[in-house]
Amino acid sequence: MKKVSSSVADAVGVVPDGAQIMIGGFGGSGAPVELIHALIDRFRATGSPKDITIISNNAGNGGVGIAAMIKAGLVRKIICSFPRSPNAEAFNEKYLAGEIELQLVPQGTLAERIRAAGAGIPAFYTPAGFGTELAEGKPTETFDGKTYVRERWLKADVALIKGHKGDHAGNLTYRLAARNFNPLMAMAADTTIAQVAELGEFGSIDPENVVTPGIFVDMIVEVPAPEQEEVLLRKEVNY
Amino acid sequence: MSGFDLMRDKLTNARIAWRAAQDLEDGSYVNLGIGFPEMIARFQPEGREVTYHTENGVLGFGKAPAPGEEDWDLINAGKKAITLNPGAAIFHHADSFAMVRGGHLDLAVLGAYQVAQNGDLANWRVGSSGVPAVGGAMDLVHGARRVAVVTDHVTRDGGPKLVERCTFPLTGVACVTRVYTSLAVIDIADGRFVLREKLPDITMAALQAVTGATLHIEGEVGDLFVPEEI
Repeated sequence: MKKVSSSVADAVGVVPDGAQIMIGGFGGSGAPVELIHALIDRFRATGSPKDITIISNNAGNGGVGIAAMIKAGLVRKIICSFPRSPNAEAFNEKYLAGEIELQLVPQGTLAERIRAAGAGIPAFYTPAGFGTELAEGKPTETFDGKTYVRERWLKADVALIKGHKGDHAGNLTYRLAARNFNPLMAMAADTTIAQVAELGEFGSIDPENVVTPGIFVDMIVEVPAPEQEEVLLRKEVNY
Repeated sequence: MSGFDLMRDKLTNARIAWRAAQDLEDGSYVNLGIGFPEMIARFQPEGREVTYHTENGVLGFGKAPAPGEEDWDLINAGKKAITLNPGAAIFHHADSFAMVRGGHLDLAVLGAYQVAQNGDLANWRVGSSGVPAVGGAMDLVHGARRVAVVTDHVTRDGGPKLVERCTFPLTGVACVTRVYTSLAVIDIADGRFVLREKLPDITMAALQAVTGATLHIEGEVGDLFVPEEI
């Protein structure tokens, strides 16, 4: 089917220079490691894609995934909620040297901005951040006696996500808490690329168990026995 | 006169967590912040059922798995491996924060750098240097029916953490409803600190001296009691 891509390298070939990319996952859970590494391979071979903006909850850890992207030099800016971690040297060094830009967003606001983009809602109000430096300059409004901050939707050119099972219609399921931001990001990008551990025919996923309907997925690629980021970190792998 | 030595006799974090755990309500949904607040679950009183929420999309998680049994796709917001209790649910991040902001949690407990008498909380950064990280704290302080803080009463050098106005960057405005400290249990009501319990051996004057805003007394002040074995 037209949604199925034959390799991760093929799939990430669509990412242009300067792209804003959403990357699923939370810490070491749910990150599409093979798609990220394919992007790094392409950059090392061709110098492209460069000047990438990443939208993800974290800013990478150790020497794999997003951290490896930062080390390799593809990344210009990160929009995330929690860049700090015990092994975030890749981000920390570039950030403190002024070589990478950071937009910090409260975690729930980040999730809702992405959801809003996928749902066609350009702005919404949230209590999170009101009266803090992260809401400075943002419009506020009082509803029923409480003041809220207006936040804008957050879109991307490409989303890289990790599912568990997928089918040729692009339908996805997720494994345990590896779901996190993945279903939201799938909705919010012009092109959504999903890697799945098991890719089946039409009908291989019970419609009642579909978490991300295939309408949100543009390309799907099978990566059997995918790497788990936390496991790679514990082995101190450097990609 | 009392012989109370602040740095020697104040409660350890485990003992503060034990006291906070005594207020866990049967049948409640609770989010415990990363680090110190997580310790509260260890002291959950027997016979009370509590369902724990974590920001990355799990409701009803249980104890940590045995070493070697971890499944790293199943973690909490502190990136620690967890297990699922019977009745657990998994959901995406937008649903998770709908539970937070939508008023569905009964209690959120966070740590603090400073708490102000009007309920302002500062707990995400202490200045403008270094790498800032906020996570879910700014969301968590809004929406839960009760927002409690567990904290030492004083900073490492003995200065007050309970203050008239926070000087560190704010996490949320007028959001904290109760503070469990190493010396006392204090409610925040109508923009004031109201003392509910204090360690029996500290005098009111000594407690007030290490508190950065007036402690109000309404009715009886109870003894802050924690069993010896904790």
